[in-house]
Amino acid sequence: MGEVMNKPLYVAPQSYRQRRLRDAARLLPILAVFLIILPMLWGEAGSDLRSSGQDAIYLFVVWLCVIIAAAVLARRLTPGDTPADEDKG
Amino acid sequence: MPFNLLVFASVAYVVMLFCVAFLAERRAARGAVKWLRSPLVYTLSLSVYCTAWTFYGAVGYAARSGLEYMTIYLGPTVVFVGWWWVLRKLVRIGRQYRVTSIADLISSRFGKSNLLGVIVTLMCVTASTPYIALQLQSVTLSFGVFASATADGWAKPDGNVTSLWVTIGLAIFTILFGTRNLDANEQHTGIVTAIAVEAVVKLVALIAVGIFVIWGLASGPADILARIDASPMAEWHMKPSRWTGLIFLSAAAVICLPRMFQVLVVENSDERHLATASWAFPLYVMLMSLFVIPIAVVGLELMPEGSNPDLFVLTLPLSQGQGGLAMLAFLGGFSSATSMVIVASIALATMVSNHIAMPLWLSLRPAKPVAGDVRRLMLLSRRLSILAILGLGFAYYQSSGGAEALASIGLISFVGVAQILPAMLGGVFWRGATRTGAIWGLCLGFAIWAYTLFLPSFGADGVLSEQILAQGPLGLGWLRPQALFGVAGMDPLIHALFWSIALNAFTFCVGSLLTFPGPVERFQGAAFVNVFEVDSGNAHGWASHGRAEAEDLLVMAQRILGDEEALAFFEAEARAQGRAGYLPDPTSGFIDLLERRLAGSVGAATAHAMISQIAGRAIVSVEDLMAVANEAAQIKEYSSKLEEQREEMTRTARQLRDANDKLTTLSVQKDAFLSQISHELRTPMTSIRAFSEILTEGDLPGELVTKYGHVIHDETKRLTRLLDDLLDLSVLESGTVQLNLDLSNLRGMIDRAMAAACHTRPEREFIIHRDLPTEEIFLRTDSDRLTQVFINLISNARKYCDATNPELRIAVRQKGGRVTVDFIDNGSGIPKDKQALIFEKFARLTDQTKAGGAGLGLAICREVMANLGGTISYLPGQWGGAFRVTVPLRLEVAQK
Repeated sequence: MGEVMNKPLYVAPQSYRQRRLRDAARLLPILAVFLIILPMLWGEAGSDLRSSGQDAIYLFVVWLCVIIAAAVLARRLTPGDTPADEDKG
Repeated sequence: MPFNLLVFASVAYVVMLFCVAFLAERRAARGAVKWLRSPLVYTLSLSVYCTAWTFYGAVGYAARSGLEYMTIYLGPTVVFVGWWWVLRKLVRIGRQYRVTSIADLISSRFGKSNLLGVIVTLMCVTASTPYIALQLQSVTLSFGVFASATADGWAKPDGNVTSLWVTIGLAIFTILFGTRNLDANEQHTGIVTAIAVEAVVKLVALIAVGIFVIWGLASGPADILARIDASPMAEWHMKPSRWTGLIFLSAAAVICLPRMFQVLVVENSDERHLATASWAFPLYVMLMSLFVIPIAVVGLELMPEGSNPDLFVLTLPLSQGQGGLAMLAFLGGFSSATSMVIVASIALATMVSNHIAMPLWLSLRPAKPVAGDVRRLMLLSRRLSILAILGLGFAYYQSSGGAEALASIGLISFVGVAQILPAMLGGVFWRGATRTGAIWGLCLGFAIWAYTLFLPSFGADGVLSEQILAQGPLGLGWLRPQALFGVAGMDPLIHALFWSIALNAFTFCVGSLLTFPGPVERFQGAAFVNVFEVDSGNAHGWASHGRAEAEDLLVMAQRILGDEEALAFFEAEARAQGRAGYLPDPTSGFIDLLERRLAGSVGAATAHAMISQIAGRAIVSVEDLMAVANEAAQIKEYSSKLEEQREEMTRTARQLRDANDKLTTLSVQKDAFLSQISHELRTPMTSIRAFSEILTEGDLPGELVTKYGHVIHDETKRLTRLLDDLLDLSVLESGTVQLNLDLSNLRGMIDRAMAAACHTRPEREFIIHRDLPTEEIFLRTDSDRLTQVFINLISNARKYCDATNPELRIAVRQKGGRVTVDFIDNGSGIPKDKQALIFEKFARLTDQTKAGGAGLGLAICREVMANLGGTISYLPGQWGGAFRVTVPLRLEVAQK
């Protein structure tokens, strides 16, 4: 888009942090999916039997960590602004 | 526990909800919505995701399939944690374009197409009806649990009667609080608050049962872990296809389910609430699933063989004599069921009424878009829709009868609504997505869902015959509903999900690539995809010369929005336009705004259609757009023309001003010239008159007569010379002088000039420096005129050179096609401030008598040189008076 060309290439440290926070907010679900899918690779080859207790503890710990990370990000992100130029660094 | 106590508790609970909703509505009406519209209430209202199916069913699911139940909650967790990707945009679009339902979102994104609205509505109704039936069933079943447990003579109530009463109660509640306001964007504060309360009840109920199980029946978490290892649930089958498939499915469902869309987007009052919900809602569902395994494990251990694990949440406390806890659990399940049914029926009723009932009415009475009370009609249609949807759910429950048939309907319903996902995400992120593509994708996905999952769910010989299920239609094995294209090894649910979503998305993309979107579609597409870019709202489809009458629009708006509100809106707009009264100009901007306002009530497609009927253009055609574009181009061109003309005017004005200045100067010059010339003429005339008077008196001696006669003669000669010069000058200035071009030697001309000029002050001895060889140049010019210039210059030197031993140097140089002749004397020269004046007429530096001329010589020289294509100028810095004459070697006539 033409307007992006006219904007400065680099931004102030504060905006920079805000942008990286948005990047983190975008990456978090991908990380979450990775961690949730990971148990599929566990266990012995050829068998799909898993230990319920272990898996449950792992999944709930992952779940809680993701929620905490989301809470931290949500607190610091400001959804109100309109980021038209998000892909810049 | 006595059954009537249970009924009493339920009724009391419902009355409490009524009160909560009523108070919330009252507070909202007074404007005190701050607390009612907090992020907490928003997050809790999202809990309509957790229905009775998940409340009761999760434990049964865990007992049967281990940890797989968690997928139903993990999918939404991923979606909410990743709110920056999708939810944020959906909520922004929903708020900006006053989206009333998911069908409205799809329909307005794809060019306000009502066909799409109808398709999505039908899909949602089809997929949700069994789900509503499931809720009725769970409530009825939970009633049954208590009834069967009593030993005081209460017979197990008739399930049909119970479910009928539940349905009627829900219908009353929903109609009462769901259709008070017409504008969906005014939001159902009462219902949302009631739902939030129900969310707390179900969470508290489940946690209470969980805590009772962990610390009451078992002795803490460690004991539970040990019991898990000892139970039949110690190991579970992790099937990767189901694990990933179900996570995807629940993630899709959480944004596509009509009830979720309702609370997530439509009821959202502040985008910032989403940030809180992004972690709070995952936390909520995590807490909801935390105690599922303990309850399942302990239930399997303690409950008798063959008891239904779906009802452990109720039966476990009941079997342990915890009646109060069981009652709480019952109310939790009741809450889950009622909140889901209420929100789902509101969402579906909005869709049915906006996309099916209203367009139908509009097409039946096209001539009267402004007549009739649309507002009451709309409310009536919504109420009827709610009744119809609940009735449909009840009928489905009645007809399906058995509990087993409904058990799996939750996930089946999820797959059904997940068909909207490609069109929704494509519409929101891809500008190239078209209406046709969306229609193809939705229809195909829906058909595959029905064929591979929904219809087979009725069991063999339910709808599809067993023969079709086993061998495919007409014996075509590759079309077997549960093994499409030979994919037989898959779980039926995942098989259906895989094929329906894959082919849906594929068809959607291909359809979009192959077709060309209409103008409204392209406008809407750009507006939705670029919703975060500022001022994307320009994309309105109303041509500026619409024929809408403000009054007609007002009448229609009053029918939909209500008198007061419509008047207030129109008045505000009129004021914004700077007009008094209630009727703003029906500009495209105003009509666009009005359409959006109405869309909040009746949906984008209907609002567009209604305004079209008044504005007189059903759709904006490409031709219209072209016309608008042409108009814009013409205006642009016109303005640039104006700009050009303005510049030209400025230029002309400047020229005129210059010309005027010149004229003024010339006029001054003319006056000066006239006064000069009268002066010049008067002096000789005065002496002539005086002497001739003396002569006419007679009595004069002869020599005096002779002397006076001479004086008169001299003065007459002077006059004649002056008049000759003037005549000469005027001829030269007008450029009409006749030049006699010939070839002549420069040296000869200078010789002649020297000879002629020596009559001027012959008493002065001049030393002349000449370089004769350089003078041997033949010029093609008017030699007489040039010589005249030379004579003038030499005479001037003779006249004005004030040196005691005067010298005159004549230097000739040839340079290119031009010859310069310098006349340099050794006098004091001309002062710098006079140098500019000497070529003017009547310019004389010294006393007039001394010069003995009229002061026209140099002026004549300048004119002569101009006529000869050359120049004459004063040459400063030569320690004396110096003039330079430049002439072309060959004067071409054209150069004249």
